[in-house]
This record gives sequence, C-alpha cells and structure tokens, in this order.
Amino acid sequence: MTTDPKELDHADPHTGNRDVDPVSGYDTTGHDWGGIKELNTPFPKIALVALVLTFVYSVVTWILLPAWPLGRDYTRGLLDLDQQAMAVERLSTIETLREDWLTRFDTPDFETLSDDPALMAFAMPAADRLYQDNCSACHGRSGGGGPGYPVLSDDHWLWGGTPEDIAMTLQVGINAQHPDTRWAQMPAFDWMERSDRHALAEYVAALPSGAADHDGAAAALFAENCASCHGDQGAGGLLNGAPTLTDDAVIYGQDTASVLATLRNGRQGVMPYWSDRLRDAEINALALYVSRLPDDGAADGAETAQASGDTAPEATQ
Amino acid sequence: MAMIGTLTTKERQIGMGLSAILLVLGLAMAGVARQGPMALHGAIAMILGLALVFMLGGSLYDQSEPSASRLTRYYDAPTRFGIVMTLIWAVVGMAVGVWLAALMYWPEATPPWPATSYGRLRPVHTSGVIFGFGGNALIATSFYVLQRTSRARLVDAVSPWFVLIGFNLFCVWAATGYVMGQTQSKEYAEPEWYADLWLVVVWVTYFVLYIRTLARRAEPHIYVANWYYMAFILVVAMLHIVNNLALPVTLGSGESFTIWSGVQDAMIQWWYGHNAVAFFLTAGFLGMLYYFLPVRAQRPIWSYRLSILSFWGIVFFYMWAGSHHLHYTALPYWVQTLGMTFSIMLLVPSWASAGNAIATLNGAWHKVRDDATLRFMFVAAVFYGLSTFEGSFMAIRPVNSLSHYTDWTVGHVHSGTLGWVAMIVFGAIYSLVPKLWCRDDMAWPKAVEWHFWLAITGTLIYVVSLWNAGITQGLMWRAYDEGGALSYSFIESVEAMLPYYAARTLGGGLFLAGALLCALNCRATMRAAGDRVDESDRPLATQPAE
Repeated sequence: MTTDPKELDHADPHTGNRDVDPVSGYDTTGHDWGGIKELNTPFPKIALVALVLTFVYSVVTWILLPAWPLGRDYTRGLLDLDQQAMAVERLSTIETLREDWLTRFDTPDFETLSDDPALMAFAMPAADRLYQDNCSACHGRSGGGGPGYPVLSDDHWLWGGTPEDIAMTLQVGINAQHPDTRWAQMPAFDWMERSDRHALAEYVAALPSGAADHDGAAAALFAENCASCHGDQGAGGLLNGAPTLTDDAVIYGQDTASVLATLRNGRQGVMPYWSDRLRDAEINALALYVSRLPDDGAADGAETAQASGDTAPEATQ
Repeated sequence: MAMIGTLTTKERQIGMGLSAILLVLGLAMAGVARQGPMALHGAIAMILGLALVFMLGGSLYDQSEPSASRLTRYYDAPTRFGIVMTLIWAVVGMAVGVWLAALMYWPEATPPWPATSYGRLRPVHTSGVIFGFGGNALIATSFYVLQRTSRARLVDAVSPWFVLIGFNLFCVWAATGYVMGQTQSKEYAEPEWYADLWLVVVWVTYFVLYIRTLARRAEPHIYVANWYYMAFILVVAMLHIVNNLALPVTLGSGESFTIWSGVQDAMIQWWYGHNAVAFFLTAGFLGMLYYFLPVRAQRPIWSYRLSILSFWGIVFFYMWAGSHHLHYTALPYWVQTLGMTFSIMLLVPSWASAGNAIATLNGAWHKVRDDATLRFMFVAAVFYGLSTFEGSFMAIRPVNSLSHYTDWTVGHVHSGTLGWVAMIVFGAIYSLVPKLWCRDDMAWPKAVEWHFWLAITGTLIYVVSLWNAGITQGLMWRAYDEGGALSYSFIESVEAMLPYYAARTLGGGLFLAGALLCALNCRATMRAAGDRVDESDRPLATQPAE
C-alpha cells in the first residue's frame, strides 16, 4: 500500500489533497483514520514565537544560573549563585534581627526584663510562636492543659510557677532523658489491701471539699503512705512533683475512680527537656511567657490563641 | 459468560492454561510468604486463578464458539470489561478521596484501627483513581481507538484479557497491601517488588499486543492518538522498571530495599513521579482526546503540524522536568535550574495540544452547547491548558518557594486530574457505552447533563478553595515579625485551613456524586443493551485465518 497521498483515491494529483474543509478553508492532509481527518493548517506563528520565547528564557537562565553538568563540575552561571550560601545568608539576616532583643534573655533577670515594655512588645509575641509550636500540642493553645497535662494558666504548679522554676523545668524536663532531670514517681499501691485502697481513694477524693474524715482509718493510711510526698492531710506545697490534694487541681482527676486507678497503677508523667532544641534565651523568654499566662497572656501576644475559641478542657477537677 | 462466548475453544484452553499458572503462582507466593500481605496476595491470585479455570473449563465445550465472521469485526469485549472496571474504581477511589478530605476537616472521625488510618488510606485514593480509574480507562479506550484508527482487529483474543485482568489484579494487590500497611514509601509507586514484577509482565504483553495490532493498520500513517498511547505504554514501562529496582529482604517477605539511595533516590523518584503525570496522566489521555473529540464533534483535527510539535515537545521536555519537585532541597542547584527551564519550555507544546483540541471545535460550537458529552471533552481541553500553565508557573523556583509543601500543589494536581483527566474519561465513556452496548444514546441522557454540572461545579470549588488554602499557608509560613520571629505558629496555619478544607470536601463530594450518577447511568444503559449495528464500523485489513 502506498504512503504517498498523491496516489490515494480521489486525491488531487498535484497537491495530494482530497477535500477542503468548508469551515476553516484548509485542505486535509489526505489521511483518513476510520473517519478522522486532519487539516493541513499552516503552523500558527504565535505558537512559534511563544516557543522561541521560552527557549530564550531558558538560555538566559542557563547563562545566569548554575545549569549544565560538566563531568565532575557544572557551569556556575554569571551570577555565581550557591543555594547553600543564599539560605545561610537569609537565615543570618533574620537571626540578626532576632539577636537585637533575644540576647537580653541570655541572663534570666526576669524582673528587669518584665519591666521593659518595649522589649516585651517584641518578645512576648515571639514567645507565643515558640509556645504554640513546641508546647501547645500537650498543654493546649492557651495553656488550658488536658487530661494528664497540667494547666499552665492557673496558679497550681507541681514544680513551682516562678519564671525561674519554669525555666529550670524547660531546661531539664520531668522524668526526661536529661541527666539532671526533675524526677518524680507516684508508685503503684497494688500491694495494698483492696478495702484499704478503696477507703484511701474515698478519703483523697473527699479532701478538696473538706468532707474528709481526718480521724478515720483512711487518714491513718494516708499519713503512713502518702503524707511524706503530698504533705500532711494532702496540703502539698513541697515542690517535689507531688500535687496538693486539697485544691481540686490534680491532672489525672480526683474523683474516687480516678484516684483508685492512680493508686492501683501508679503515675509517672513525662515532660521532655528542651535545652537541646531551644537556646537559653528562648527558654527564658518562654518561661516568662508561661509564667504570665494567667493574667496578661492575652495582652502579651497570645490573642490569637484566645480568639480561636480554644477552651480549657475540664482537666483540673 | 458472554465474554467467554467471544473466545474459540483453543483460546479458552490457552486462557485456562494461563489461569492455572496464576493459580500455581499464587499458591507459591502464599506458601513461601506464609504470613503477611504477600501471603494474602498469593491467596487472592490463587482464588482468581481458580475461578478463571472453573469459568473457562466449565464452558470449554458446552458454550458455542464464535463464528469465523468475528474476524471481520472489531474485538470490543475487553473494552466493555475495562469500562466496567473503570467505573468501579472511579466510585471506590473517589469515595476514599472524599472521606480523606472530610478527615482533614474533622480528624477526630478517624476510626481507631490501623487499617483505616489516614496514612494507609491515602494511597488507596491515589492508586485507586490514577491506576484503577485512569489505568482501566486508558487500556479500555486504547484497544478501541487502536482498532478504529488502524481499521484492524486486535491480533489475538487472549492477551487483551491477560492485560486487563492482570492489571486489575495489580490494583487490588496495591490497595489491599496499603490497608495492611505494606508500602515501598515511594509516592505513586507504593506496591512492593512482586506486584511490580507482575506489572512488568502485564505491561510487556500490553506493548506487544499494541504494536502487533498497529502493524496491521490499513492506513499507512499512524494516527496521533496512537503516538500518544504508544508513548504512554513505552515510557510507563521504563519509569516503572527503573524507579522500582529493589532487593527483596527475603523472597518470602513483602518488603524490599530500593537500590537507589540518598539524593539519587529522590531524583529517580521524582523523575518517575513527574513522568507518571506526563505519560500516564497526560500522554495516554491526549490519545483519548485526539480520538473522541474529533469523532464526537465530527470535525477534522485542526492542525497536523501542531500535533507534531506538541507530541515531540511533550515527550522530549517532560523527561527533564522532574527535578522541579525538588527545588530548594539537597538536589544540586544546577539540576533544579534544568528542571525549571525544561518545565517552561514544556508550556508551548502542552498548549499546542490544548489549542489544537479547542480549534478543532470550530464549526461545532453548537454541539458543545447542546451535547454534554462533547462539553466534557471541551472542558477537559480547557483544564488541560490551565493546569499545564499552572504547572510550568509553579516550576519556577521562586514561585515554588511559596507553593511547595502547601495545598496549592494538591489543588494543582486536582485541576489536572478532575478537570482534565476525569472529564476526558467521562466524555469517552459517554461516547463509548451506547456504542458498545448497541444503542443510540445513554439510558438516561439527561443524567449526563446533570453529571456535567456536578463535575464542573465540584472541580471549581475544589481547585479554587485549595488555591486559597495553599497561598494562605505559603504566606503564613514565610512571614516574619520585624523582630525576626515567625509571625504565625504552625497550628495557626492549620486552623486557617478549616474553611478551605470544608469547601474542598464539598467540591469532592459533588464530583463523586457525578461519578456515581455516571456509574448508575452506564449500568442502566448496559442492562438495556440494544441491537444497533454500525456496518461501517469494521476492520479494513483482513485478519489472517488461523
């Protein structure tokens, strides 16, 4: 079978074309694929111009930027750009801006720092970003905590709530991998008689309301097993990681069932240490921010957290 | 089974032999693996092989053979099967997509089982729609288009079935493997080594069938659609083999290590990933467009020259563009520059095809207005032009610094897959189903119109919401205070996405509703098959007697 359109049936012997399309006025190429034909339209100039433009763009780019490999090397380009160097330069520009105020947090003189409103105006919104990116996943968008995770926007603290205390907790963590980590453990009282454990749980659950019977057998059990960490009659305040049991702020809950679960299995929550991820100045800024969460957190740049409608979960009962 | 009625006794025997081999292969896989996804996949292959042996064996002698006159007709039974599989995968893949979109908005709804976690279902969506829906549509239409444009019948009746059933087995292995946690961790190439090997066998069979049939064509020139289908088959084989080179941990484990490492691995992966977009999601579907659009519009292709420019431009430039997925990474700057510039040079060849398709409609615009099927194809060409422009634009390095890792990328992909790929598939399906089930029209012609508006509304809502989402994310992530601190925390950028994620779920839901309507419409059409025969729709080339 011939491939020459001029020899096909009904073809114009000179052009090889068989029919002219009435809409476009162009011939077809003479091929027929089960009814499909194609027009012999001349190449549209605009396509050619556009194609050349993209080629010009590419050639100019190749001349200016690193582009073609040459064995072990590559063409460097007239601009002599290096993406590593550019990234480092941009980062250092931002870091310089940050150094202006962040270095002042190298020394944890929190009172002086707090007394400088101009500094606070920079630092607290920045600390808010640090808080949201590093802490909010567990402690909530506005410090509201959650089951097992302490509320940071109230006055109840396991290891102290001054900026100095918080900075230390951030540095070493709680039950973390750090060699100097803060360490605490609520041991399991699974060895205790079941009836004693129930009595003790009911006693502890009744402590916040003041309804607990301090003369009963359960009170004696408490004095013997619990008071060394939680204080006499659960008064706490020893800053050893053991919560006060009289203020209804226990993070694992203080109803009888929750206390029973705690007694049976024990507890040992973990807070990671941050000294490997954040520098001292950042930790200090964060500590100050967290310490200010209850009263003026919103004014310090946490307004987005407040505005998001994030409510503190009922974790403090 | 009607399908078996199209096979001669000898072909049924060959089919039985192949099914028995599949059965033994499945048994061996299950036996060697003993447990885990590979054992289950062996069992699936075994059950499929056994079922096929019984089906073919049961009708080996008691079902009448097709008459010799079959050789004077095209062989469309595999295409009919392929279309049914296309519709099934469309509904499954898109439904999983809508579910995952809803989880982005409402993550608490994630069920508490590993198998239903977001990470395992996400590749079920991507593979389900790309390979299940897109792949079946490509194979089914390629058989149809190849025969019509070559005026020749498929060279044999067994290999098209092998290709389609084998490909769907791969898709089922892929989806079930993901749910069980099996993955190579390569995007769009997640299935493990044995599934990859199986696909190579299927694909080589596909290639041989295609080229042997093409060799019988009556028209001396090869039509554009076939250039594209051939490029799709050939390049996908190359990409698949190179990117999936891996060493199994043991022969009995469904796990492997890729032979590539470090930045080379990343480069190979995105050379694969980008050319999967180019040759799976573009070249094959351009083949579809080049056949169904002129046939439906009854117009000649506007420019043969533009077709040539577009084809060679696309196959040459796409090969270089993959590195634009790795801007600002450990990949050397010069590779990024090459990827960027070749992406820019790709634009004009891409637009040449979109423009050629739209100019072909000159003289048929009244049909675009009145015929929703043709309108699907027109919209597909428009979205093809839009998303290729967007792609070249996003490949420019500084633009990419804003768009990379954001939902803009997801929006871009869906403007291509919903607006271009799925639209042209639906156009092809609405052209093919009445024809293959011997009717004048679909059972519910008005539902096609409904589907069109559901699809276009869904696509626009989806794409526009993710443009907004992505640009918002990109701007929030790069914003710094005057004090050099980040202006936004990451969680704020997540919260800012909520309205867009809700809108994209709605858009995806509308698109899924359209696809469901299409599947039901096709089912009704298939059940009410007519007896219309188009006498002129037959091969010119004679089939050699067996």
